[in-house]
Amino acid sequence: MALLEKQMQVDQENFTTRNGQSLVALLQEVQEQYNYLPEEVLRELACARGLSLMEMYSVATFYKSFSLQPRGRHKIVTCTGTACHVRGSEKVTEEVSRMLGVKPGGTSEDGEYSLESVNCLGACALAPLVVVDGEYHGNMTAARVAALFREQLKKMKGQSAESFDKVIEEKAIAGCSCARLLAGEKN
Amino acid sequence: MINFMLNGLDVAVEKGTTLLEAARFYGIEIPTLCHNEGLSPYGACRLCLVEIGEPGKSRLVTSCTYPAQEGLQVRTHSERVVKTRKVIIELYLATCPSSKTIQDLASRYHVTRVRFRRKHDDCILCGLCIRYCNEQMQGKAIGFVNRGVERRITTPFNRKFEECRLCGGCIYICPACQARCQGPQEGSGVCNACLNLSPPCLDHFGDAMCYMDPCVACEQGRKG
Ligand code: FES
Ligand code: FES
Repeated sequence: MALLEKQMQVDQENFTTRNGQSLVALLQEVQEQYNYLPEEVLRELACARGLSLMEMYSVATFYKSFSLQPRGRHKIVTCTGTACHVRGSEKVTEEVSRMLGVKPGGTSEDGEYSLESVNCLGACALAPLVVVDGEYHGNMTAARVAALFREQLKKMKGQSAESFDKVIEEKAIAGCSCARLLAGEKN
Repeated sequence: MINFMLNGLDVAVEKGTTLLEAARFYGIEIPTLCHNEGLSPYGACRLCLVEIGEPGKSRLVTSCTYPAQEGLQVRTHSERVVKTRKVIIELYLATCPSSKTIQDLASRYHVTRVRFRRKHDDCILCGLCIRYCNEQMQGKAIGFVNRGVERRITTPFNRKFEECRLCGGCIYICPACQARCQGPQEGSGVCNACLNLSPPCLDHFGDAMCYMDPCVACEQGRKG
């Protein structure tokens, strides 16, 4: 009886920090700042705000959008939801993965790109979808993905020109197809 | 006071009492796995199912989390409840055939076969250990991680955690990983040894000497 009420209260408390902010929002803030959830930051927050570290870890592992490992500077998300799947998202994901040399769920060695797949982005009419740094691109095919990357990478180049050139070089050494694409852009 | 119908009887309980507490108060047996009197109800194991509402419009709810309501019709042993409960026990048997708690439940509720693939896990995700750690020890040292089929119970970052005081309460309270049943058969996954025991005390004394349930036949059957 009283226990039932207590449980509700506990649930409330667990997912709200002391100043009433929700735990998810807090973790989102941290992730925005560091690009992932560093263990030390979580530990510090737990101490400073009187939160339970376990609770944070539970929430962080529950949601796919939180990462406990450092992620690439650029985030590429492909949708593998039902609608996207039937319209060939598998091929698209494969192509992206091949171009960047990154497996779904992984980050490239230089820490530039990370590739993730999600189950439905809620825009099924545009299937199959690819999201590059928060920008949605619909009706993707393997061929169009290549074109899109050329576009996008040009944009990204502005942000981190130096490392970008390095990437191209490395990719070219590794014989990667995207290096050819990018090198074409450069000249 | 709240008045409602429990298996056709008019009963009254205090406001806020759960159906499970009410049933137990009136001497009706409802099996549970994830319920413990000292811990908050959680509703994970679904074993404590009861049927509420008028026949035809009834539905199954977990009695451990359902508060008694005025005029509610509750049936704890209807055909639907008994059948569903058996399937749930069967599923648990398939998950953890070597748990004594679960094998005992199977014998008690006459589950004599397992039709599902056996997994031999040692966790049924009932959350008892987590609640014990949080509520009794104020430890918050273990919790659920991941979700869906990946859901597990562990410490933060999967490492030894300084908040843990090594009280061992989590292991003590666990219905799945602690008490081992030696009996389960390779093929069928059920033990049912307890089901087949006849109390030896009856032969000797003409009366039962204890009221253990299920009867462990004074440990005889377990040696075999
Ligand atoms: S399935 Fe891809 S957006 Fe819904
Ligand atoms: S005891 Fe009610 S769901 Fe487990």
